[in-house]
Amino acid sequence: MTALTFTSIVLVLSAVAGFLGSLTGLGGGVVIVPALALVLGVDVKYAIGASLVSVIATSSGAAAAYVREGFSNIRVGMLLEIATTLGAIVGAILAVHISTHAIAIIFGLALLQAAYQSLFKPEHDTGSVVESDPLGTRLRLGGTYPLAGKSQSYGVRNVPAGFGIMFGAGTLSGLLGIGSGALKVIAMDRAMRIPFKVSTTTSNFMIGVTAAASAGVYLNRGYIDPRIAMPVMLGVLAGAFLGTRVLVHAEVRTLRILFGVVVLALAIEMIVNGCMGKI
Amino acid sequence: MDDRRLETMIGNLLRIGVLLAAATVFLGGSLYLARHSTDRVRYQHFTAGGASMQSVGGVVKAATLFNSTGLIQFGLLLLIATPVARVALAVVGFALEKDRLYAVISFIVLLILAFSLIRAF
Repeated sequence: MTALTFTSIVLVLSAVAGFLGSLTGLGGGVVIVPALALVLGVDVKYAIGASLVSVIATSSGAAAAYVREGFSNIRVGMLLEIATTLGAIVGAILAVHISTHAIAIIFGLALLQAAYQSLFKPEHDTGSVVESDPLGTRLRLGGTYPLAGKSQSYGVRNVPAGFGIMFGAGTLSGLLGIGSGALKVIAMDRAMRIPFKVSTTTSNFMIGVTAAASAGVYLNRGYIDPRIAMPVMLGVLAGAFLGTRVLVHAEVRTLRILFGVVVLALAIEMIVNGCMGKI
Repeated sequence: MDDRRLETMIGNLLRIGVLLAAATVFLGGSLYLARHSTDRVRYQHFTAGGASMQSVGGVVKAATLFNSTGLIQFGLLLLIATPVARVALAVVGFALEKDRLYAVISFIVLLILAFSLIRAF
């Protein structure tokens, strides 16, 4: 394959991934790695390096808009980033020592979870609370967010549990080169009882910082190859930008199902290939 | 300085950083395709080759020589730097708000990032 053909194919694949990722809220990274590995036969290590870079791009690119709307909670984000960045370093070091077959299988499992979420996701609040618990109060984590034109206040609970899950989310992010936004949302929304909208935007805000923590290890190990990362980053960024523009008009439910089926197929491919030692 | 202004500043910083990084990667990518579009490429097997692409010093040197892959990698370094700058700005912002607890928390995150990125120098 010539460099021009390779770059063009990756650019198109990444744009589609970024577009679908931003429409469904699952992020582009989760389909980039299997697309590169399964469609183009790129080594998983290069694929996760390129994916990690695209994760930082979409997180930082979208954060500006979310911050302006007043949804994300910067204190919650900062506190939990201690857990995610530590996890990310652990994950990146694990990625260096684990075989690519094992990484492919773990990746397939993460894809299964994403497919499940895309197909059957409960998009409602799991019940936010007004009062923080004692630790949440001491850390001044509560906040307000715009709801139906008014400013609604909310409390934050179960900080240690949220912190623990975040460490896991960071490890997964560093190991697989993904944002692991879904797990971050679970930590905030389910465990810490933070309103869903605040959880998703704060998670998006945190993803870039988490990924930056494993980027140092990836760069040092040569996982980030400029010839592969270039079309991935530009494609995902363009696709995600387009996705946020049409978000208002699109029939998201049909897209979620389509995306879920694609991700499910990729999950099975990754696990089978990983088990047979083909990846 | 209140939380709201701090967050708006951080949001703008992130956007500018991403645009700058994307422009640099695009420039490097265009040069790369102009010079190497007919090269045969295969990425089936991982080879951690090219020490110049694996350290900040090497990348900066390659970029100043207008090496196409060096420019791309430099753009990617800019991108990696945006969230780091964001955390650094949060440290300053919380300190200006006299919020000692969160200034310290942000500083811890900055230290962890520094520890990770120091390996790349």
